[in-house]
Amino acid sequence: MGAPTVKIAVCIKRTPDSESRFKIAPSGTAIDEAGLKFDIDDFAGYAVEVALQLNEKSGGGETVVVAVGPDLVQESLRKAMSMGADRAVQLKTDAAPADGLAVAKALAAELKDGGFDLVLFGKHAFDTSAGVVGTATAELLGLPCVTAVSKLDIANGRGSARRDLEGAAEMVEFPLPAVVTIDEGIARPRYPSLKGIMAAKKKPLETKPAQLGVVRVAVQKAELPPERPAGRIIGEGTAAVPELVRLLQTEAKVL
Amino acid sequence: MANVLVFAETRGTALRKVALEAVTAARALADASGGGEVHALVAGAPGAAAAAEQLGKYGADVVYTVEHPALGTFERESIAATVAERAKQGGYRAIVLGFSTQGRDLGPRLAAKLDAPIASDVTEISISGDTVVVKHPGYANKVVLTLALSGSPVVLSVRPGAFTAKEAPRSARVERIEPAADPAAARVVVKEVVEGAKGRPDLGEAPVIVAGGRGLKVAENFKLVEALADAFGNAAVGATRAVTDEGWRPHSDQIGQTGRQVSPQLYVAVGISGAIQHLAGMRTSRTIVAINKDKDAPIFKVADYGIVGDVLEVVPALTAAVAEARKHH
Repeated sequence: MGAPTVKIAVCIKRTPDSESRFKIAPSGTAIDEAGLKFDIDDFAGYAVEVALQLNEKSGGGETVVVAVGPDLVQESLRKAMSMGADRAVQLKTDAAPADGLAVAKALAAELKDGGFDLVLFGKHAFDTSAGVVGTATAELLGLPCVTAVSKLDIANGRGSARRDLEGAAEMVEFPLPAVVTIDEGIARPRYPSLKGIMAAKKKPLETKPAQLGVVRVAVQKAELPPERPAGRIIGEGTAAVPELVRLLQTEAKVL
Repeated sequence: MANVLVFAETRGTALRKVALEAVTAARALADASGGGEVHALVAGAPGAAAAAEQLGKYGADVVYTVEHPALGTFERESIAATVAERAKQGGYRAIVLGFSTQGRDLGPRLAAKLDAPIASDVTEISISGDTVVVKHPGYANKVVLTLALSGSPVVLSVRPGAFTAKEAPRSARVERIEPAADPAAARVVVKEVVEGAKGRPDLGEAPVIVAGGRGLKVAENFKLVEALADAFGNAAVGATRAVTDEGWRPHSDQIGQTGRQVSPQLYVAVGISGAIQHLAGMRTSRTIVAINKDKDAPIFKVADYGIVGDVLEVVPALTAAVAEARKHH
């Protein structure tokens, strides 16, 4: 008899390439998406990889990817399936709302009867940079939750994880089922193989309406931050050090 | 008039800097809404209640203290239950906490338990009628979002360093309360807390950060960064993603879009080229110094003071000069 198989849900988001140069849309409340490249959010990508590795280690199981958003998220769901996820669920909305709790409600409604041993999220998504949805979903499901995990193991119905704190780290243990949000550095997401891409086309992708409830957080304005004044090179080599120290003392007043 | 509840984070029994910043943010919000009260809740191991006095000094009218041996570590489930219970009883307009690793964990739990809208990592807060309006840098600091939250209460986590803690003395009434859920019965159990490098302030709290990049060439040269940090006396040490990926430094030292986002008074970039990913983590620093051999490196576009040169020569010279300058204080 092999190790028991695990059933894992991974909630992913589609976000723009973080290296992009952003412009504000004419509405003034969103970025201009024209010309931007979108993909699975970085942290969600790590979460997909972690799920696939846990499934591989257990010698079976299932990885289901879930996303809330318009039809464009299907592209990210297909990509996760081309990496190896077994099936996908789109919880359809017109746009991804800024209200993290509303998104969590939609996800909790979908996940509650799914029989998942583990529900994974990225620790936050690049666009909202808020980190609300994973933890709020756990609370709504009444499941134990460990956030920003940089190491994760599961065995015999229990999980153990490492969380990096500011200047320290916590080692925690918890029972399954549980919700875990994934930090960077835990696993490098695999590239989909050609075979994986072909297989993903045939894997099931189910679409249903998202049960968001009342949305109570709205973006009133989006703006670019003020530019820093242009940089200044004060000199070359060790000869410039006295001038730097003088400026730090008299101009910047930080020394 | 509206009262505001603050979760005052501790580590061990000591208040964290962001706890006082949260009190200052809450004080301003309560004052702006017609002179409400600020209540703070501090939870920790026996001894944590001693923080009450300091919380009063920064503007808390009432301090609720929860002490339990199991609260010496961050017992997230018990703390969330206790703060949520207090929030329900107190009928607050807002619950304010820090956007630290622990605050990031606690905020969404409170939002779900209270069915309250939440905004994370906010840098400004205002209130207009039934709406709380906040600014929150999204897209890794590349786009500033103004968010409107309707409903009451709201949960707000404040960006460390965005609100400067200000004294606003109150003779805080201290009230001891019991945990709303047994900390010893938590499902998520902290087995161990591993402390990082001793004797240095945390990246989020240090007034000076010295950070190293791949321009240092080999791991051993990172000692030059350490030595410069030592010369400043109050500096934290950070690194680029390239450096943490190489394993020269732990992942927790990474500054950048996917690592820590910092805003110290002074940021010294040593051998850092200035990839967008890195700039996203430090561009809000007040003064930026860059030392790099490539005069075209993007870091020089954001550096207030740049020196073009070999870090292996310039950094030791700067270390000596900083040590000398500080001697005359």
